[in-house]
Amino acid sequence: MEELLEILRDMHPDVDFESEEHLIDNGILDSLDIVSLISEISENFDVTITAKDIVPENFNSAQALYELVRRLEDEG
Amino acid sequence: MKKKKTAFRVLASALVVVVTLGLLQRLVVPKYVDGIVEGAFVAEYYKEVKDHDVIFVGDCEVYENFSPAVLWQEFGINSYIRGSAEQYIFQSYYLLEDAFRYEKPEVVVFNIQSLQFSEAQSEAYNRMSLEGMKWSSTKVKAIFASMKEGEHFLDYLFPILRYHTRWSQLESTDVEYLFETKSVSFNGYYMRVDVKAAENVPTGKPLADYSFGENAWKYLDMMVELCEKEGVELVLIKAPSLYPYWYPQWEEQVEEYAREKGLPYINFLELQEETGIDYTTDTYDGGLHMNLSGAEKLSRWLGSWLMENASLTDRRGEEDLSARWEEKLAAYEAEKERQYAFYGMEKP
Amino acid sequence: MLFTSYEFFGFTAALVLLYYLLPKRCQWPLLLGASCLFYMAAGPRYILYILFTALTTWFAGVRMGRNAQNAAAFLKEHKEELSKEEKKRYKEGRKRVRRRWLVGCLVLNMGILAVVKYANFFITNLNSLLTAGGGRGLSFLNLALPLGISFYTFQAVGYLVDVYRGTVKAEENPFKFTLFVSFFPQLIQGPISRFGELGETLYGPHDFDRKQVCFGLQRMLWGYFKKLVVADRILAAVMTIIGDVETYQGAYAAVGMLFYTIQLYADFTGGIDVTIGLAQTLGISVRENFNRPYFSKSLKEYWRRWHISMCSWFRDYLFYPLSTSKAMQKFTKFTRKHLGDKVGRRLPVYVSSFVVWFSTGLWHGASWNFIVWGLLNYVVLMVSEELEPLYAGFHRRFSVEGKFWYRLFQVGRTFVLICVLNIFDCYASLGETVKAIGSVFTVHNWKVLWDGSLLALGLTGLDYGILAGGCLMMLGVSLVQRGGSVREKISAKPYWVKFAVWYGLFLAVLLMGAYGVGYDASQFIYNRF
Repeated sequence: MEELLEILRDMHPDVDFESEEHLIDNGILDSLDIVSLISEISENFDVTITAKDIVPENFNSAQALYELVRRLEDEG
Repeated sequence: MKKKKTAFRVLASALVVVVTLGLLQRLVVPKYVDGIVEGAFVAEYYKEVKDHDVIFVGDCEVYENFSPAVLWQEFGINSYIRGSAEQYIFQSYYLLEDAFRYEKPEVVVFNIQSLQFSEAQSEAYNRMSLEGMKWSSTKVKAIFASMKEGEHFLDYLFPILRYHTRWSQLESTDVEYLFETKSVSFNGYYMRVDVKAAENVPTGKPLADYSFGENAWKYLDMMVELCEKEGVELVLIKAPSLYPYWYPQWEEQVEEYAREKGLPYINFLELQEETGIDYTTDTYDGGLHMNLSGAEKLSRWLGSWLMENASLTDRRGEEDLSARWEEKLAAYEAEKERQYAFYGMEKP
Repeated sequence: MLFTSYEFFGFTAALVLLYYLLPKRCQWPLLLGASCLFYMAAGPRYILYILFTALTTWFAGVRMGRNAQNAAAFLKEHKEELSKEEKKRYKEGRKRVRRRWLVGCLVLNMGILAVVKYANFFITNLNSLLTAGGGRGLSFLNLALPLGISFYTFQAVGYLVDVYRGTVKAEENPFKFTLFVSFFPQLIQGPISRFGELGETLYGPHDFDRKQVCFGLQRMLWGYFKKLVVADRILAAVMTIIGDVETYQGAYAAVGMLFYTIQLYADFTGGIDVTIGLAQTLGISVRENFNRPYFSKSLKEYWRRWHISMCSWFRDYLFYPLSTSKAMQKFTKFTRKHLGDKVGRRLPVYVSSFVVWFSTGLWHGASWNFIVWGLLNYVVLMVSEELEPLYAGFHRRFSVEGKFWYRLFQVGRTFVLICVLNIFDCYASLGETVKAIGSVFTVHNWKVLWDGSLLALGLTGLDYGILAGGCLMMLGVSLVQRGGSVREKISAKPYWVKFAVWYGLFLAVLLMGAYGVGYDASQFIYNRF
């Protein structure tokens, strides 16, 4: 989780990722951010996030994103 | 209680909508009481007591060239002109069919100039010929026969759709004649007293094809059949307008047709001597249309021809009719006076 | 059948009546019938195209759906017997089959779109190459573009990908599915709906809900106001200006850009209002396609608020798959290794974005105008992305961000940018566009703005007055809308106030709409010459 937060903070230092729950809905993360995020995650976590996983529910908060990564790790 | 209130609201709203839309429509529709008065002619017919002996149908070559007042004064013929600007042959047919719903004259006079158009040429002229008609199946048929591409029946049914932009060009007459109109013609005759001699009348450009269109013939056939069925005598005429040019090839076709159907056909272009038309004094626009002087000359000639050739009687003895004409003639004379004064002319 | 034709009014009025009078189980079949009729009105032959797309997509969807179901059942049944490896292998095997269906159907339908929409464009460009080399050109294909093909093809493809991804269940009923593809209110100009959203309300049953019907009709009326009073009126001036680039330069070109941007907004959002309003009248919810786009503070934000359904289509079905694809991941690794983390991380995104914007441009029309328009958007977006740290620095230093006047400045700046970009899909050729834009800076004829020259563009003073009123109303509605639905606010008012508002709007459309032949007294003057 900490690792993930670090990646996020690296992209947007001014956002409080621990409490923000509408990263997509509020337009904090745009599509370019999401793509770089995905490539960072695949570097660091050894999971592949594919286009089908890119839905707001999975990206609206750091927690949701973490759960997605966990799930994909299990499946893989 | 609530239901009642809702019902009231719905009814009241509907009433407001219908009344305001109705008023708006009356307001924006052109009134044709001054300037372009030709648009008012078709509707004026319905104000008449309908027991005419002769009915004219056709375009400006009838409504500017014949004066029913003269036919009455000198022959006791009660006639009416159902003419309108560039009235196409199918419109003439339906206006005739429409007139037959009210009355059965002895004679119908049709000016064959409009044979040249097989289809409607102008939406605006369609409007002026059709809008004045009272609603009936005849009017519906007339509209469908006339509509050009891009025209819609709905625009005739609700003219506000056609004239919706006219709110920005309203004139005082639009309010003045919101509910009733004034008469602008004299039994369908459009009077002009001014003179503009015919000079340098251009001859017609050669045409690729001189034969009249199929659709035009179809409606002439229908007109002949309709008159036959109703037992009304049909007379074909060609008014003595020098322009638009009347081609000899056209004349041939009409003569041939009249012969074949056994119809009388009078070409006034060839009767200059008999009628006494003088193109230096009898036209107001250089030979296109007759002025009052020309129209009265033509009427006199046609009147005596009708008395000789058709079974018409002099009706000047009829009291009611004479009384009605008395009024009309007074208005006719008053208009003459007005126009002579307007154009600064001596009364002949 | 245009939205603004009498036929359309008659057609929809009859449809809505039948829709609520017939038994509810007839509702969706009625919509399907109406959609087919609507489509055939544009030319009976074209219905074959849309039926082909609908049925092939339906079939592929069903096959993919069954495949996934069987696979899940098999795995459940043999849960104990199979090792993790075996399961994975089995799953991948089944997925390959699904992928074949997906790709096959996709190529087929995109292929049709490519041929009917782009073949001639391709041939033109190929010919200019061939003839430049002295060869003989190819002849053009004589294919008319089937109504709404770009929209329904994209909608079908979106569905197919959703089924492949397992985010929606495949529709088993071919008739129901055909309705999804051909739902007529959105056939001409979108929005491009998702099966997961539209499918929920499309098939009903729907009770007559007075509020929904009223709101739907009100929205349609507002759409017609925008379209007939503003868009179709201002069109005359736009056509005059873009039709003659030699005459209308400098200030005229600037006016053209502004007017076109107004026209585009009024026409497109008005049309979508009619679509969504009509759907709402039928009890069906179609997704919003606009979110007050001209209030955007940056081009990036604008593209989140303008033509949302198309943008999100490109994002979800092209941008994400492309940028997260295996090849792209490899490319990222490669670039990061050789160009360093910072650049390496961005390059793949930029490559994917390039493809997306190129396609977006091409989707709008088969001409270089549109491609350049798309790529210009791309360039502006990427440049401002790169300048982001600079902006951030500026904002920190001067603390202007969030201040009212600064936001206003941002909105204004973005609006000007949109005006310039939009004009690329207007002029007949790219050369003319560049010439017109260049003339704004080189031809100094700003006095035409106030010396009455604007009255010679096909609009009278009265037209300008009506347009100004219409634009103010659109602006006002957008401003009020930020605080919630305008229709809700009006519906809370007393009955006669509501009546006055909506009847007034109706009269405005009736009297001030630019429809029909228009009245010109001189037409009626009887003149034989």
